[in-house]
Amino acid sequence: MSKTVTYSSVAKKIIMSLAGLFLTSFLVVHLLINLLILFDKSLELFNQAAHFMATNPLIQTFQYVLFFGFILHIILGVVLQIQNWVARPVRYERKGSSEQSYFSKFMIHTGAIIFIFLIIHFANFFVKAKFGHIDSITYDSGTYENLGQLVVMLFSDGGYVIFYVIAILLLGFHLEHGFQSAFQSLGLNHSRYTPFIKGLGTVFSILVTLGFIAIPLVIYFSF
Amino acid sequence: MDLTLKIWRQATASEKGKFVEYQVHNISADASFLEMLDVLNEELVRKGEDPVAFDHDCREGICGACSLYINGRPHGPDKGITTCQMHMRRFKDGETIVIEPWRAKPFPVIKDLMVDRTAFDEIIQAGGYVSINTGGVPDANAIPIPKRDADTAMDAAACIGCGACVAACKNASAMLFVAAKVSQLAVLPQGKIEARERVQNMVAKMDELGFGNCTNTYACEAECPKEISVSHIARMNREYLSAKLLSQKK
Amino acid sequence: MAKLDAKIPQGPLAEKWTNYKAHQNLVNPSNKRRLDIIVVGTGLAGASAAASFGEMGFNVKVFGIHDSPRRAHSIAAQGGINAAKNYPNDGDSIYRLFYDTIKGGDYRAREANVYRLAEVSNNIIDQCVAQGVPFAREYGGLLDNRSFGGAQVSRTFYARGQTGQQLLLGAYSALSKEIKKGSVKMFMRREMLELVVIEGRARGIIVRNLITGEIERHSAHAVVIATGGYSNVFFLSTNAMASNGSAAWKVYKKGAFFGNPSFTQIHPTCIPVHGDYQSKLTLMSESLRNDGRIWVPKHKDDAEKIQKGQLKPTEIPEDRRDYYLERRYPAFGNLVPRDVASRAAKERCDAGYGVGSTGLAVYLDFEDAIKRLGKHVIEARYGNLFQMYEKIVDENPYETPMMIYPAVHYTMGGIWVDYELQTTIPGLFAAGEANFSDHGANRLGASALMQGLSDGYFVLPYTIQNYLADQIRVPRFDTNLPEFEQAEKEAKERIEKLLSINGTDTVDTFHRRLGLIMWDHVGMGRNKEGLEEAIQMIQELRAEFWKNVRVPGKNEMVNPELEKALRLADYMELGELMARDALLREESCGGHFREEHQTEEGEALRDDENFTYVSAWEFTGDDKEPKLNKEPLVFEFIEVKQRNYK
Repeated sequence: MSKTVTYSSVAKKIIMSLAGLFLTSFLVVHLLINLLILFDKSLELFNQAAHFMATNPLIQTFQYVLFFGFILHIILGVVLQIQNWVARPVRYERKGSSEQSYFSKFMIHTGAIIFIFLIIHFANFFVKAKFGHIDSITYDSGTYENLGQLVVMLFSDGGYVIFYVIAILLLGFHLEHGFQSAFQSLGLNHSRYTPFIKGLGTVFSILVTLGFIAIPLVIYFSF
Repeated sequence: MDLTLKIWRQATASEKGKFVEYQVHNISADASFLEMLDVLNEELVRKGEDPVAFDHDCREGICGACSLYINGRPHGPDKGITTCQMHMRRFKDGETIVIEPWRAKPFPVIKDLMVDRTAFDEIIQAGGYVSINTGGVPDANAIPIPKRDADTAMDAAACIGCGACVAACKNASAMLFVAAKVSQLAVLPQGKIEARERVQNMVAKMDELGFGNCTNTYACEAECPKEISVSHIARMNREYLSAKLLSQKK
Repeated sequence: MAKLDAKIPQGPLAEKWTNYKAHQNLVNPSNKRRLDIIVVGTGLAGASAAASFGEMGFNVKVFGIHDSPRRAHSIAAQGGINAAKNYPNDGDSIYRLFYDTIKGGDYRAREANVYRLAEVSNNIIDQCVAQGVPFAREYGGLLDNRSFGGAQVSRTFYARGQTGQQLLLGAYSALSKEIKKGSVKMFMRREMLELVVIEGRARGIIVRNLITGEIERHSAHAVVIATGGYSNVFFLSTNAMASNGSAAWKVYKKGAFFGNPSFTQIHPTCIPVHGDYQSKLTLMSESLRNDGRIWVPKHKDDAEKIQKGQLKPTEIPEDRRDYYLERRYPAFGNLVPRDVASRAAKERCDAGYGVGSTGLAVYLDFEDAIKRLGKHVIEARYGNLFQMYEKIVDENPYETPMMIYPAVHYTMGGIWVDYELQTTIPGLFAAGEANFSDHGANRLGASALMQGLSDGYFVLPYTIQNYLADQIRVPRFDTNLPEFEQAEKEAKERIEKLLSINGTDTVDTFHRRLGLIMWDHVGMGRNKEGLEEAIQMIQELRAEFWKNVRVPGKNEMVNPELEKALRLADYMELGELMARDALLREESCGGHFREEHQTEEGEALRDDENFTYVSAWEFTGDDKEPKLNKEPLVFEFIEVKQRNYK
């Protein structure tokens, strides 16, 4: 891990983008599973999927890769940011007003808040599911830990919903820049495809944001 | 026009600097920005004060010497031009203009608005060339090059080495400058022979000099007086990746 | 007179250079390491020479006044570079390029030098392509050529409108490669103040560090001056702000002869002067003349109304316009050579037909071209130039004609050199625009880049070896020698003097005044009376300058005013020599037009019988008249004719 600091700037960016894209793919899976709550108020589908995720050996192995991806992305992000600050010891008097990718200015800020969110999120769900006690529930298909119940419970707290929605919005901003940026870092820039990738990035980040936000709102107002 | 100028004054590299306000009067709207500073300087000399030092030379936008950060933007508010090509009609009568030097660790201030950009020379020395000697080269037409590639190389080669990309970048990254040279030589067959070593050496030098990292904000492209595209940065990333993955062990 | 040996090799013209190379002396590799060469200037000539010397194994020190070699003014050349490749198969050859250059220079250049230039022109293109210079190409992948400056063949290679930039960056990259290797040491932000001569040979230079003000001594076995031209003696020119003639002037005062100082080129298509705050003039590429038509009003009252702003050019109907170039030169029309086009514009403006608020401008009109070819074609060809014009003048050239006026652009004159590019001081060489050699009295478009690179890549590397071959036993020079002491003392005294005057007028005020004298009397049209007056005025101005200039600050700091003052002090003397040379040359040739010597139609009238020579001026002491030496020009291989563009 210490070697990452000594990687060249370009190498760091390439690793950063690969880690980012990997985390993005995880987001998709996570979102799809979460959405099951909305389609099945009995929470059976959701709990079944959660059970699968928690017990499948392949997924369990992958969990470590995911952890590694998170840590890499975070550490590199912090290292890059520190180097960038050091690269301009004297700031400008007049704030820069150059045209630029808007959300790119706030990657470290959105990233930091997402990180905090992640810890709370972890404590709320992952730690409880893994180490704490969660009631079981029995359906026709079998008996599972009622993780869905935990979700519904948390999202019935208005304060928590607001916090969650804000965090997800920031995640959306982070993705809006990060998605297309990853392709640029990997050298995938092409006059024909880059505009499409940028469009896709925007659509993708909006869909992911809406998807994640929909869940607490629907639960809060209609469960 | 009458203007208020807020200019960074710093006597030497080691001394502390500060902003000083100056008033200039009766500036013609047809004067260029640097001519406006000339007027100020002549006045300062007459008054027995130290004139403001700034780099400049060709005054037609090609030598890359001029380098002012004007009202929060390198080379001022207009796109695709250098400071010397900007005319005072672009400003309003009575306006206050803040003029700062380029700010980046590898570009230390020499005096007032002059900065030391030899870091760029060092990056080129790290590999921004084709290693051939004078004489003994093939006939110029023995190396056919698709027009599209030649044009792409020229787009990149248009770089004037002014450093606006570094000045504009929130990270003080020199990626656009380095990429322009790497990209020019990477698309041409003459440059392909040393492409792998070149990209690694130039990137290593850039890092060593203390430029920041690229976070794809694209402010460099927006401020480049020659409007060099960030697609060249992508090409450099690509070149770098393949060089790292495919180079033989030493 | 014995000093003025041009050392032209024997044999037929086409074999001279080959013969020279076959018989010259060489230095073996182990000895090269022990020989030092100083190159002053990092433009095309300086950078290419320094890089080539380094590759050969010499120890090279290169000096420049900018922060980086890439800023040298070669970078601003737009149009292109000539070569006799004959790729378009339109009848070009080395002989034809040679002939055109001699004829274009109005038969005032040395045959052997020009032939060599044409000969190596092809190697330059090969060299630059191999370096990765992105020249324009055709769809088949081969190099594109265009016709330039009225040439009858297409021999100009180009890289958009930035050919000079690309060639300089090519030379800069070669130089960077040698710096990395350690064979070349680079000293930027240094200005040469003195040449050091030991026992009659050039052995070093004194420079000022432009950041710290420190005066440094550097020694070498040979010194190359590649510091460009001196157009800025006119204050307003198309040259960069820092371009100066000081290095050339300093070596002149140490014994190098100055060749044809009065030969300056006035470029016809520049953006006119528009205010007294103006610091420099901007060139619009000559290629504009391919499609633009030049005119002024036929009637004086129309011209006057335009000057007062009461009439617009678009309101003047066809029959009230005077397309004077097409009228006077039906065969070449708007494409006559630069000197002819410039003079014709001046003639119209002096007669009161000029336009613009100052009356010192003519129109360059694209209306017909836009009608004939469509706006998109014109946009594709000149889009960036039109944009640049609009930025500066704030008028849209698609809708109203451009205004242009001639401006000083290039100096054909310079340090006198022989065939080896060696000056009259042994061990001192001059290359590029700094020497006088190849362009005679007028330079053709796209030939400056060719000459700079020819000198640096393909001539000096040979000829300097021939000189250094007998220097291998000479040890490195100690910079504590009395000659260094003395030269440094002279430089320091000059600086102290300038700083101590503390007068009332700024350097630029004096420079503007000098420029005006030069432009009015030693510019496009010259006559005896005016030149004599100019000499007088320059002497007076010089005396006033040394009494009343104000140079603020001290030496030990970044001090641009001091830099300018040092350069201007030299211009004050150089300007006088230019006037003297122009006065003496009682003929009109190329860029030198003596009003007394013209045909009835107002064309330049050469006097071959009395003036087929290079005037090589010798310094005889401050405030003493310089001595004229003549190098006769012998034309063995071509017939001397009157230039005719009618």
